[in-house]
Amino acid sequence: MSDISFVRTEMLPEQDPPASEVGALGWAKHNLFSGAMNSALTVFSILAIYYVLAALLPWAWSPTWNATSLAGCREILHDLGREGHFSGACWGVINDRWVQLFMGFYPPEHYWRPIAAFILLGVALSPVLFSDQVPAKLIWFTGLYPFLMPWLLWGGSIWVPLMVLAGFVIAYAAYRFILDKMSELIALIAAVIVAVVWWLFLMGPIAEFVFNIIPIGMEAVGSRKFGGMMLSLTIGVVAIGFSLPIGVVLALGRQSDLLIVKALCVGFIEFIRGVPLITLLFVASTLLNIFMPPGTNFDIIMRVIIMATLFASAYMAEVIRGGLAALPTGQYEGADSLGLNYWQAQRLIIMPQALKISIPGIVSTFIGLFKDTTLVSVIGLLDPLGLSNGIRANAEWNGVVWEIYGFIALMFFVFCFSMSRYSMYLERKLQTGHR
Amino acid sequence: MTTLSDPPQESFRLSQLIYDTRYRSMTIQIIALIGFLLLLGWLFGNTAQNLADLGKEPSFRFLSEPAGYDINQRLLEYNSQDTHLRAAFVGLLNTLVVALLGCITATILGVAIGVLRLSSNWVVSKLMMIYVETFRNVPVLLWIVFVMAIMIETMPAPRAFKGENPASEMMLNDSVAVTNRGVYVPEPLFTNTLGDVHLFGAASMRFDVSLDLLALMLVLGASLWGASWFRKRADKIQELTGDRPKTWHVRLGLIVVPTAVLLYVLGFHLGYPELKGFNFKGGTHFRNSLIALWLALSLYTAAFIAEIVRAGIMAIDHGQSEAAAALGLRPNRTMKLVILPQALRVIVPPMISNYLNLTKNSSLAIAVGYMDLTGTLMGITLNQTGRELETVLLTMLIYLAISLSISAVMNMYNNRVKMVER
Amino acid sequence: MKKTVLLGALTVAGLAAGAAAAGTLDDVKARGTLNCGVTTGLVGFAAPDANGEWAGFDVSICRAVAAAVLGDSKAVEFVPTTGKTRFTALASGEIDMLARNTTWTFSRDVDLKFEFTGVNYYDGQGFMVPKDLGVSSAKELDGATVCIQTGTTTELNLADFFRANNISYEPVPIETNAEAQQQYLAGACDVYTTDASGLAATRATFDDPAGHVLLPEIISKEPLGPLVRHGDHEWGDVVRWTLNALVSAEELGVTSANIAEVSAGSNNPEINRLLGSEGTLGEMMGLDADWAKSAIMAGGNYGEIFSSNIGEETPVGLARGLNAQWTNGGLLYSPPFR
Repeated sequence: MSDISFVRTEMLPEQDPPASEVGALGWAKHNLFSGAMNSALTVFSILAIYYVLAALLPWAWSPTWNATSLAGCREILHDLGREGHFSGACWGVINDRWVQLFMGFYPPEHYWRPIAAFILLGVALSPVLFSDQVPAKLIWFTGLYPFLMPWLLWGGSIWVPLMVLAGFVIAYAAYRFILDKMSELIALIAAVIVAVVWWLFLMGPIAEFVFNIIPIGMEAVGSRKFGGMMLSLTIGVVAIGFSLPIGVVLALGRQSDLLIVKALCVGFIEFIRGVPLITLLFVASTLLNIFMPPGTNFDIIMRVIIMATLFASAYMAEVIRGGLAALPTGQYEGADSLGLNYWQAQRLIIMPQALKISIPGIVSTFIGLFKDTTLVSVIGLLDPLGLSNGIRANAEWNGVVWEIYGFIALMFFVFCFSMSRYSMYLERKLQTGHR
Repeated sequence: MTTLSDPPQESFRLSQLIYDTRYRSMTIQIIALIGFLLLLGWLFGNTAQNLADLGKEPSFRFLSEPAGYDINQRLLEYNSQDTHLRAAFVGLLNTLVVALLGCITATILGVAIGVLRLSSNWVVSKLMMIYVETFRNVPVLLWIVFVMAIMIETMPAPRAFKGENPASEMMLNDSVAVTNRGVYVPEPLFTNTLGDVHLFGAASMRFDVSLDLLALMLVLGASLWGASWFRKRADKIQELTGDRPKTWHVRLGLIVVPTAVLLYVLGFHLGYPELKGFNFKGGTHFRNSLIALWLALSLYTAAFIAEIVRAGIMAIDHGQSEAAAALGLRPNRTMKLVILPQALRVIVPPMISNYLNLTKNSSLAIAVGYMDLTGTLMGITLNQTGRELETVLLTMLIYLAISLSISAVMNMYNNRVKMVER
Repeated sequence: MKKTVLLGALTVAGLAAGAAAAGTLDDVKARGTLNCGVTTGLVGFAAPDANGEWAGFDVSICRAVAAAVLGDSKAVEFVPTTGKTRFTALASGEIDMLARNTTWTFSRDVDLKFEFTGVNYYDGQGFMVPKDLGVSSAKELDGATVCIQTGTTTELNLADFFRANNISYEPVPIETNAEAQQQYLAGACDVYTTDASGLAATRATFDDPAGHVLLPEIISKEPLGPLVRHGDHEWGDVVRWTLNALVSAEELGVTSANIAEVSAGSNNPEINRLLGSEGTLGEMMGLDADWAKSAIMAGGNYGEIFSSNIGEETPVGLARGLNAQWTNGGLLYSPPFR
């Protein structure tokens, strides 16, 4: 009686899912046509893509790479039987000018210098960005890089960056020396004063003197020779580099209990964040020299870098403040319970963690600033966009529009997209504790 | 136990300023303040010295001199004999207009794109991803120039509308003309107009407010208030009795009828644009520059807003949508009633900073010749008068005021929707 | 006068100290280069080529001054300026002279404190329209859309012209000539107005130049010339007389081709004084005796500069017109070198 079973006792062999559920068809059914609304959206999107590509590709497919002028392009297209305003792109202008769009007017025999500077930038950043893949000792190079990069880009005597570096050493020595005798605050103030005096008054003559004895240096390249993508990168990198320490100070000031210090920091940050960058660039181009002592005269790129640094510091301060806020209070309390004073706690416990959390934010601040460097074309600097005006003012290329803009857009896209992807990767990697 | 001895008599020593934590913070602050004041004094001194060397005296007198230039896109009447101050005011309004339009469009676009990016439809979500990445990673200035160039190159010139067999025709029953000089749309006109009220007399800030518009807004506002009162009453009845009275027809009537009556009384009609001479005449003309700036800023900011919206939606716990599904809510109701209200709390703060960015980016108007504050005060006025110190500082102050007011308003809103922490 | 300001290592390249206070001439000599403000790009007047070399009519003036002062026409740093930044760049001492088709007006001379050192191009504001518009006079432009470059005197002239003739117009302000050209060709504006030279230069680069006409009205006087800071008269003299030397050279028949033989001595005493083989004109200005010779050799005399950059043989194709020598019915009239 027990051999009667009301349910199946053995498994049926597995069957393949119906053809409409697997493979390309099934995928399409689930992902593209899962409902009336979805189907409509799919059709609409595909149509949109088709129209854009149908307009763009025939135009972009144009064998004009070797043309030497717009008229030459038109001739080539005419010979192919293509007429009219949108008959084809004139890529000759890119062939003719792409080096300029990257390097500006930098002397060609020195092209290796900016290239080396930006490659070494990668090396210098690697201890921070790829901390698990490079030797930790490389952090020393990161520390030296801020002095190396200006020398590579601007050239001149090697003693000047070395003497600037010496300023930090001297300040540190002074700090240690005074710390033995007096309080930390006095030592700190004294160190700052010593450094400033060194940089302002002693460094110049000494660097010149040493240079006269041991003349090591490279040919100086004036900042007016900077242009194109290299100018954008220089402004972006230098401004972000300088803004980092300023941003840390501002962020700490904004969090501090000292009322006046806090008010000053908040005022600065909110002011800079409240005005458009373009007004700050106008300050750089028209007012900064008026604010300086009579007789000082920074060149325009220096002034733009100064204003861009101030601009970036305010945003940087907010990013770092976010990092500080993300730290659990236990970290602060832990530091207190160890008996560390404010600066020790900041240096050993808070800042390393806060900065690490802030890296993605710092990268996106950099991307934003890098994109915003195109604004300098408004005040007459020759960044890629500014150069495009100069190129279009040449008799040969007068009338070219899309090709240059498209090329510039592509350059920016490649730079910014890869950086933003990297920062996303970093965000995932750093997303460990503190959650 | 012995009696407590008096604490040792404290005498203030100078070294306490540094060593005593009670006084040290004071010392630091005073040093910081002195340093700041010294810096300010140094800057002022330099400026005064330099200006004296250049033989210029800072003065805002130029603001009351005739500007001499014309502005095409404007909300207020203005001619080239008006003062620089008036020109700046017209420019300021233009800034606000494009910022407002941009924020609205960017929000709508951004929310749509952010939601679509999470769509299960593969093509749509990838397309939206491409949109977001393309727009985010190319400078906004390039976008503005691009959109302007597209408008100019691909739209028909007014000439194309001429003749027996025109190459282009107006759209929507001959009421809208899209040209490469901008878009002409019908304008509202009133035959029995109530006239304008002139504020501030003949001063540079004079401001005409149309009484028709004012009356319309009043009536509409009153009817909306009435309608909402009706709905609240319905809610109350529902709570008391469980029955919800049908109110939609009353509410609809309350909103539509008074406004329609007022429009009829005022003799409302549309003025259509017409091709006359070189250009279309009549109707409202949205210039190319305005449209290019508006579109470019919206498209660019929408990409950022889309990411914020996406992040906001993804921040909502999956359990929420599962619970909603368990309650039998359909996906779009889930989105509307469960996900979005919660996501809003995450979304609003970064949204504020995007609105601010859009407003600040509107200063790139000079790239397409839209006469905003930067184009007038910090542009032509600066150029014609050579008063760089005054114009640039004034421009910065105005932008600062705009930014601070926007963030104040938006923060108020944020405080309202913010989750009450428990 | 050297001042070191803290800016880390960037001071090395970024800081050129003490331009405004000392005499510009001494500064230029000490620096070894001339900082010359030019446009960011205008066909025929100033534009960089693929190698970053600037060329054009305004650029040649800079090169001539550099050659006169430093003996080297290549010793020029070209500083691109926009309509808005040009005056502050000059006032702040960032550039030593501005050669950027700038109109000599009363307020710029007196109120903005600049010194115009002469006129290198007599221009006037004109209008260009497509031929098929059928317009033959600017007064028929009632209701037209007008493309106009911002940051120039043309804006004010335009407003005045239309007001005076009591006709309406719609201005479309545009930053650069290239964009104006784009808008005009696409029909986004009916009329393009700027200096007549600019119009001719722009028209010359069109696919179909014959399809566009310049209207007969010239609504303003636009004497364009190089300018320097107010109050630095030595430097002003150098720029002024370099320009005059170029003009005189053409009048006297001295060209870059024959200058070597003429400078050895000629029977015209004015040529001899100009080229420094007689008299001490150079010394009076604080320059070498052969300053004018170097200036002329840099790019030729005024006529040569004109014809090689914007003349009728170039794509720009401008006729001399008002810019002919006074002996040929033009306005160029250099004071004597004596």
